[in-house]
Amino acid sequence: MAAKSLLGKLLALLALSALSVTFIAPLAWMILTSLKPLDETMSMPPKWLPSSVETIQWENYVKVIVDKDRWDPDEDPVPPFLRYGLNTLYLVVLGVVGTVISNALIAYGFARIRWPGRDVVFALTLATMMIPFPVIMVPVFAIFRELGWVGSFKPLWVPAWFGSAFNIFLLRQFFRTIPTELSDAARIDGCSELGIFWNVVVPLSKPALAVVALFHFMYVWNDFLGPLIYLTDQKMFTLSLGLQFYQSQHGGTEWNLLMAASTLIVLPLIVVFFFTQRSFIQGISLTGLKG
Amino acid sequence: MRGQRATGCAGHSGRDLLNGLLFISPWIVGLGGLLLYPIGASLYYSFCDYSVLQPAEWIGAGNYIDLATDEVFLKSLANTLVYAALALPMGLVVSLALALLLNTGVPFMSTFRVIFFLPVLVPMVALAVLWMWIFNGEYGILNHYLKPVLAFVSEHLLGGRPIAPPGWLSDPLWAKPALVVMGMWTVGNSVVIYLAGLQDVPQHLYEAAELDGASWLQRIRHVTLPAISPVIQFNLIMGIIGALQLFAIPYVISPTGAPARSLYFLPMYLYDSAFTYLRMGYASAMAWILFIIIFVLTLVSFKMTEKRVHYGGE
Repeated sequence: MAAKSLLGKLLALLALSALSVTFIAPLAWMILTSLKPLDETMSMPPKWLPSSVETIQWENYVKVIVDKDRWDPDEDPVPPFLRYGLNTLYLVVLGVVGTVISNALIAYGFARIRWPGRDVVFALTLATMMIPFPVIMVPVFAIFRELGWVGSFKPLWVPAWFGSAFNIFLLRQFFRTIPTELSDAARIDGCSELGIFWNVVVPLSKPALAVVALFHFMYVWNDFLGPLIYLTDQKMFTLSLGLQFYQSQHGGTEWNLLMAASTLIVLPLIVVFFFTQRSFIQGISLTGLKG
Repeated sequence: MRGQRATGCAGHSGRDLLNGLLFISPWIVGLGGLLLYPIGASLYYSFCDYSVLQPAEWIGAGNYIDLATDEVFLKSLANTLVYAALALPMGLVVSLALALLLNTGVPFMSTFRVIFFLPVLVPMVALAVLWMWIFNGEYGILNHYLKPVLAFVSEHLLGGRPIAPPGWLSDPLWAKPALVVMGMWTVGNSVVIYLAGLQDVPQHLYEAAELDGASWLQRIRHVTLPAISPVIQFNLIMGIIGALQLFAIPYVISPTGAPARSLYFLPMYLYDSAFTYLRMGYASAMAWILFIIIFVLTLVSFKMTEKRVHYGGE
């Protein structure tokens, strides 16, 4: 709804500008603190900027990444923070690939093939979205323990290969918008269902698949409870778990290093976001409208 | 199925069934093995003594009876409900207000939208660490700006009686409001969803309301809010689910819920019971109570938004 008066628009613009500053300030404070020497983080009154260009401590980032105190090169050739990053990346790649492949196939089965019992299974799928994670947490842990997977990465990426209700729902809604005439034409040409899926539906669904991939990337990068439950060896920690560990050890003192570590964890997400902004915003809008 | 064309041969529908099941086959494992079986098992465990090291042993309603008198459980449940009661209405008002402002046709709308969305990208652990620094009692930037405001209030409104700035995360009274503030910072997700809903409201409704002489506020109350009530409902339910499952942020601030257990939330006690004390049956009982609360609140929010749609406003 467009505010008709110029004054109204001006007031909205002013309010939004002020609010924007409030929303950006914590992020700016994080980055600026990460560049200060330790004594400047405790200066009273606090200053936003490092006192001069010379005192900007890019070394803080080196300290976080190399972390001489905690790095034993004999035990692991890669320093802890980088190791956490590699672990996270490993989980992201396996998880995202699995999520996209499995959910696309499953959603196709629900959206484009008519089979007896389909709607019942789909209704059941939707109903499970209501179940909070803690309800299934214990039995799923028991299963993975039976399989001998506790302490390994498997509980954190294997489930992604078996679909998730939310993604199935999202992709099914999208697949249903693709005209059935296209499938029928391909079928007449002798295409199998898998051929139709791959040659007709997947190419037309790239934006939706990108959204699913993005959300899962975010989820894995952010996930804390999963790694906390399943990872026991420090060398296998993810970035989120590693940062929590780092904060519980160094918390309350070296805020500049903590902020540098936080910035390093946020940065990849912001970079990915800026490259994929459109599908990101569209994807989120979609969840609300079709939900 | 009257209108369905006869396919002529039974093999066709048989092939459809086979194809359908083949396509959803990963989900048969996922739905059955990682959802339906665990849901059933969890309900069973909630009536058992179960440490995961030994087979579960049926004890009837024992866990639920113990929970009813477990002070830590009651405290964590109260914490969770208080947090939700503070965070949900605040989140609703703030995100809706931001979305309405963004929808006034201001220039740079998409830039503002990106700015409000950025904090959503910050992983929970990093978010907790960042705000611990902002809320820091000694060197925190927030109290630095709060002090002159409080001094002004004290001098002009309280006749010089001094007010100390809150200790935020180190003060049992202020710890939960501090978490609510952190929640406000990440409303961007809801803002984007509201904005999409607002942009879908048919323009002619506004024009009609304007012809009837409705003011801006009246148009919001009688046109906008009813039109986007399904979106409000969606965000409210997502908010309930999120608020009641709040875990990572308070756990990073303090795994024990310090100060004075004021940040010890139900999911934290649930996690501790399961993985620290290995009382998996007890934890499962807690999970079911959590589920029932979420379910009831969701129903209530359905009823509430329904009423608002029909009667328009309070």
